[in-house]
Amino acid sequence: MNKQTFAIKGMHCASCVYTNEKALKAISGVTEAVVNLTTGKATLTSEQPVETNKIVDAVASVGYQVLIEKEESLDDKIKTEKIKELKELKVKVIVSLFLSGFIVWGSFPGLMNTAPDIVKNMFYHFLLASIVQFWGAYDFYRATISSLRHRIANMDTLVVIGTTVAYLYSTAVVFYPGFFERLNLKVEPYFDVSTVIIGLILLGRFLEAQAKAGTGEAIKKLIGLQAKTARVIRNKKEIDIAIDEVVAGDLIRVRPGEKIPVDGVIVEGESAIDESMVTGESMPASKYKGDTVIGATMNKSGSFVYKATKVGKDTMLSQIIKLVEEAQGSKAPIQRLADIISSYFVPIVIMLAISTFVGWYVFGPSSAFIFAMLNSIAVLIIACPCAMGLATPTAIMVGTGIGAQHGILIKDAESLETAHKIKTIIFDKTGTLTKGQPEVTNIVLIDKARYQKFFDGKQKTAKNLVSSLLNLSASIEKSSEHPLGEAIVNKAEEEKLKLSKVIKFKSITGKGVEGIVDGKKVYVGKLLNDLSIKEADKLKNQGKTVVYVYVEDKLVGLIAIADTVKETAREAVQQLQNLRIDVFMITGDNRETAQAIALQVGIKKENVLAEVLPEEKEKKVKELKRNNQIVAFVGDGINDAPALASADVGIAMGTGTDVAIEAAGITLVNKNLMSVVSAIKLSKQTMKTIKLNLFWAFAYNVVLIPVAMIGLISPILASGAMAISSISVVTNSLFLKKAKI
Amino acid sequence: MDKIIVSIFGVISILFTYWFFFMKKVNTVVATDEINILVDGGYKPERIAIPYGKTTKLVFHRKDSSSCLEEVVIADFKVRKFLPLNEKTEIEINPTKKGEFDFSCGMGMFHGKIIVI
Repeated sequence: MNKQTFAIKGMHCASCVYTNEKALKAISGVTEAVVNLTTGKATLTSEQPVETNKIVDAVASVGYQVLIEKEESLDDKIKTEKIKELKELKVKVIVSLFLSGFIVWGSFPGLMNTAPDIVKNMFYHFLLASIVQFWGAYDFYRATISSLRHRIANMDTLVVIGTTVAYLYSTAVVFYPGFFERLNLKVEPYFDVSTVIIGLILLGRFLEAQAKAGTGEAIKKLIGLQAKTARVIRNKKEIDIAIDEVVAGDLIRVRPGEKIPVDGVIVEGESAIDESMVTGESMPASKYKGDTVIGATMNKSGSFVYKATKVGKDTMLSQIIKLVEEAQGSKAPIQRLADIISSYFVPIVIMLAISTFVGWYVFGPSSAFIFAMLNSIAVLIIACPCAMGLATPTAIMVGTGIGAQHGILIKDAESLETAHKIKTIIFDKTGTLTKGQPEVTNIVLIDKARYQKFFDGKQKTAKNLVSSLLNLSASIEKSSEHPLGEAIVNKAEEEKLKLSKVIKFKSITGKGVEGIVDGKKVYVGKLLNDLSIKEADKLKNQGKTVVYVYVEDKLVGLIAIADTVKETAREAVQQLQNLRIDVFMITGDNRETAQAIALQVGIKKENVLAEVLPEEKEKKVKELKRNNQIVAFVGDGINDAPALASADVGIAMGTGTDVAIEAAGITLVNKNLMSVVSAIKLSKQTMKTIKLNLFWAFAYNVVLIPVAMIGLISPILASGAMAISSISVVTNSLFLKKAKI
Repeated sequence: MDKIIVSIFGVISILFTYWFFFMKKVNTVVATDEINILVDGGYKPERIAIPYGKTTKLVFHRKDSSSCLEEVVIADFKVRKFLPLNEKTEIEINPTKKGEFDFSCGMGMFHGKIIVI
């Protein structure tokens, strides 16, 4: 039983309740409808979920209105909160910088001569500075007070201590100038310091928040790919319903140019589908009856009907989003050091600032107090723990996001980090380097003259003769169920040959098949005598399987069948070798077949691991790992799970809709081998960004804190540097988007 | 004379800073099925003990508008979640290994610990 609750607008009496209940009960499939006047809500009970538009229509037909309130999604909440935050921040930045500008104008030596008297007035400065201090920096105070309750210090604490000291000193100077004169100190407030620092740090925060929003863009794009509605066929009628109302088993019609709403299997029609947004594969895929389609991909040419198999959180897109979210929540090992340092950082900076104050006060030149105060403020302000905290996660967010857009799904940050150190990569042969389906590669006529004679010389050209031989063989094999036979039939279908009629078909176990075609006895299968045939041997040496064609017991031709290598295999292997990665191939096939494939894709002879039983693959991976090499294993993820798991980085390829593979560190959604290269390049680029970020964040603090301690940086300059520091880290991470992978 | 006073005051301040931030004692709160964690200038409670092999619901209630605490990261359980302000956000975890696991804000400034027992 299914229950749905919604609000109805416009009800004011008991009869309204009755009218609505009646209208709702009339909807087919509804077993019960209860309308409550006081709450203004209706509850429907039904066998199957009732489509929203039916409910809306039923209620509208009696003159009322259904209020469908969708719960605000987390994404919307984040958006609303961020927009509000940025708006508030923007106002504060503008006002604070504007006010601090006035103070600087009225107090900066040289500049102040151009200012009118009111602008130079210290009380007026005090007034403006108070606004900046308590309104502009309000959030800093609030955050500091609440974190101090937990005995934690952060960035805000540093800003608050630094600016409060400057503000309080300046206020004291304004109200008790005599006291400072008696101490031989200049009657000079430092409101410019407190206000400019707050203004610049707020500006830094504003820019940082804007840039940070860009780091999570990829996942937002993925979520945005989701179709909003689906045209389902229910009770022989096509109706548009919301995507979350689609259930598995629904028949859905998709027209050209429309988005495919959920995952499923085509039951009628055919089309070319652009799957690039999910798989990263740029060529549109041709799909026919029985083929699977992926939700959120784009239908290009034909119109078709398909049956929904996976909906909601089970769709491939939902799983990809979940995987990316999880990866973004994980931590790269490289981040550990930064984590440890940042957890001690702020209290240490406070201690250094106190030392700076004492040092300058005790050993500084005359008016030591001013030097001590300004330099210790500079120390507090220049320190930037944020850059350290942002260095790794922002790059991981951008890196995993770019990966997803290219069909490269990274399980966690650790896999992304390890992938850049790969020195050895092992490819499983069947289905990974090769297409995994036998295909006809060669058709050879052995005795042209005799063949022509058999069929009364109907076929004249060599091309005709070859097609005829294929036609003959395919006609016989059509009735066989052997995979090699299937390859021959597929080839004939590909060449659009019209198959001949076969009589007296017979399957000879362990040998082949035979029958009568066009009045002649035809046999297709193994060699019927022990003679060695030169052409056949040559093909066998290339790792191919040879099928012999006999007419009237005379050998007339050969058909070679092999599992062909993927178009992208050779280029991918070459590029990996260019990256100084040792490429291996592993297979259960015999050595000759394996060597032949290796030669085609450019893998070295000594790197071929042939005749390896499936359960031994894991052992081979471990053997290669023994030399302290970082080893990656590329396989299909289903049969190779143990090998994938035992490698430093397991890369599962083209696993279709089942993307959540536990054993693999990286899952490639498409079957294009160049994605392996892209994944490694992505890892290298991301790590380069992280290292640069961390170097910058550490070097910045290590160099500039001591510089501030010895008094070479003014507090205002320090706040500028601080603001730039964290923005530059986030911006550097965003540059990753431009990386070529 | 004033230099001596400032020096002594400085040393005391440094010691106080050290004691205040690094010597705090944190109590461990044992969670059964569900635990509320207040997010306001840090996490309260900060150390949470949860049972091994059982799903525990961590309910983060963010009351702090500072953007620093807007996300919570529990890296060992692959969670990075935005916590909408003034709302309760539920995160379910089912530990499959024992030990101490850190959780923190998005930038790693505020920390808490999950102890799987």
